[in-house]
Amino acid sequence: MDETMLDGNAAAGDLQQLFAVEVTQAIGVCDGCGNSGPLAEARTFALGPGLTLRCPACEAVLARLVRLPGRTLVELRGLRRLEIVPPS
Amino acid sequence: MRPETPRARTLVLDVREWRGHRAGQHVDVRLTAEDGYRAQRSYSIASPPLASTLELTVERLDDGEVSPWLVDEARPGDEFELRGPIGGYFVWEVPRGGPLLLVAGGSGLVPLMAIERLRREAAPDVEATLLVSARGPGDLIYAAELEGSAVVAYTRERPAGWTGYDRRVDRAMLEEVAPPPERRPRCFVCGPTSFVEVVAEALVALGHHRALIKTERFGATGG
Repeated sequence: MDETMLDGNAAAGDLQQLFAVEVTQAIGVCDGCGNSGPLAEARTFALGPGLTLRCPACEAVLARLVRLPGRTLVELRGLRRLEIVPPS
Repeated sequence: MRPETPRARTLVLDVREWRGHRAGQHVDVRLTAEDGYRAQRSYSIASPPLASTLELTVERLDDGEVSPWLVDEARPGDEFELRGPIGGYFVWEVPRGGPLLLVAGGSGLVPLMAIERLRREAAPDVEATLLVSARGPGDLIYAAELEGSAVVAYTRERPAGWTGYDRRVDRAMLEEVAPPPERRPRCFVCGPTSFVEVVAEALVALGHHRALIKTERFGATGG
């Protein structure tokens, strides 16, 4: 068990500064294996200035978020789709 | 400030322009040193949404960068930066109903206590089962408040004459304590990563619906 592993809840603070809705509730579909689930359930690794979200089924990288001075880099290449239900 | 255990205390915060929160959400606390060095950590909100103050319960990690200050150093009147409320997944609201199964490992109890406090205030008819794992009596936060309303499992030290659970949470314990899967309890599990994995897998093995199990992990990197 990797005790440094978190889950997508740990990414919620950074993500909410970038997206107009609370995106950890959004259902993400893994481009690698097709697994779908809330981003909050993604395996999340917070090391240094970056966050890596991995698929809980196949461990492929879903998204990366890196904070640099003056800018933030977001990679979403492992997410085939994000299904966002706006707050009612 | 309220001491909870020798290693944990509750901070009562007066937040300007706080727009309210939902039970289960967290905040990010950011401390900035005089040389500009910044450290940021997430802490769960302990107070229910209806409360007039915002309360965080923080447990000290001895090699942490933020928690030792919050637990040992911060004084009434000190100010620090907060971001939040954060998160929409690990959240319970009254219309979602029950029954509820809340399973906490250590200070993973904090967001579950916000849920339990909301339930008691606003929806006492919703049935809830609270199962808390703690190393010993000296590590159990909210001990007085939990008296008689929570099932406690002590993993290392136990009080004299203890007749309750004296082991880690496992499948057999969950089967005894939890509402049966047919009643479709909404399960919230919060604690260290390994605790959450074990409990969530055991719940699935018992037949609980995966979509009704919500988890929040805090790893060993926090503090």
